[in-house]
Amino acid sequence: MTATTTSTCPECDSPVALAATPRLSEIFECADCHVELEVLSTDPVLLALAPEVEEDWGE
Amino acid sequence: MSALPPIAVLASRVRVDEKRLFDALEARGVPWEQVDTRWLWSRAGAPRPPWRAVLNREIGQARALYAAHTLESLGVPVLNRSAATEVCGDKWRTTLALREAGLPHPATALALTPEAGLAALAELGYPAVVKPLVGSWGRLVTPLPNEAVAAAVLEHIAALPGPQSHLVYVQELVRDPDAPGRDLRAVVVGGELLGVTERRGVGFRANVARGARSTLIEPAPELAKLAVAAAAAVDADLAGVDLIEDAAGRLLVLEVNDRLEFGGFQAGAGDRVDVAARIVDHLVAGAAP
Repeated sequence: MTATTTSTCPECDSPVALAATPRLSEIFECADCHVELEVLSTDPVLLALAPEVEEDWGE
Repeated sequence: MSALPPIAVLASRVRVDEKRLFDALEARGVPWEQVDTRWLWSRAGAPRPPWRAVLNREIGQARALYAAHTLESLGVPVLNRSAATEVCGDKWRTTLALREAGLPHPATALALTPEAGLAALAELGYPAVVKPLVGSWGRLVTPLPNEAVAAAVLEHIAALPGPQSHLVYVQELVRDPDAPGRDLRAVVVGGELLGVTERRGVGFRANVARGARSTLIEPAPELAKLAVAAAAAVDADLAGVDLIEDAAGRLLVLEVNDRLEFGGFQAGAGDRVDVAARIVDHLVAGAAP
């Protein structure tokens, strides 16, 4: 069993399951509205909409 | 004895690859800190930051490149070096580096205006492909089956804002997606080939970001040598080398990624190789104490 922590999607207010110890700037997807969410703080967990993909993003 | 200074990992977006790297650093007891480039700034000539070395995992090319230049100028070793980020982040610079190293690469041209693009394509021939100079994941890569389509696409390119967008990078379309041949991703760390995966996607773009699946293969000696040489050609210690096999079985280097995503490769490799662990070992071995 994987431990999780829960927060709330700032877009649709649905609960979002996160890893037990999310990392700062980690990206999660809301299972309900499918927006990408970024972890802004870990204690307490605070989520915000993740930045849109920029033209020069890549590997 | 004082503790070693931390290694900084530059990352504004923590994906599965970054989490693997963080885990690998922690598993080795290496002091490290995450540095979000969105908040990074530096005065020219500032004292050296308190980092032993920097692992550059910034997703944005502009931020990655300027961060690398800046930190190197302040005396901190950066992996990859700014020279690699500069070349790998620009498809034309990569083409030139691969050609200068004598490595096989598709026939490619750079036109300095969209109008000149048609002339370049007339010489390259059709089908061809036009790619943005900067960017990954196959984004905006457009096949050009004939002159009529090319003229329309180039008209759209001419309407884009900014002079950089008007530089037109065109390349022969190496093979039809239904023709025999393979798309390959080789991972090279510190001049050593960690492995090669074959990628099969839908359509003509075999990017993992577009849903392609990876399978680890046993590389022929020629392929292994080519991948390592391609990484060296762009001065990349860490490299995701993309290769393509044409319908005749000839291997060509398409491009080299300096801040490689390795989730697809790792999925294909399973537990036979741990890319994050190898990157961290290389980083720590090369970092000044």
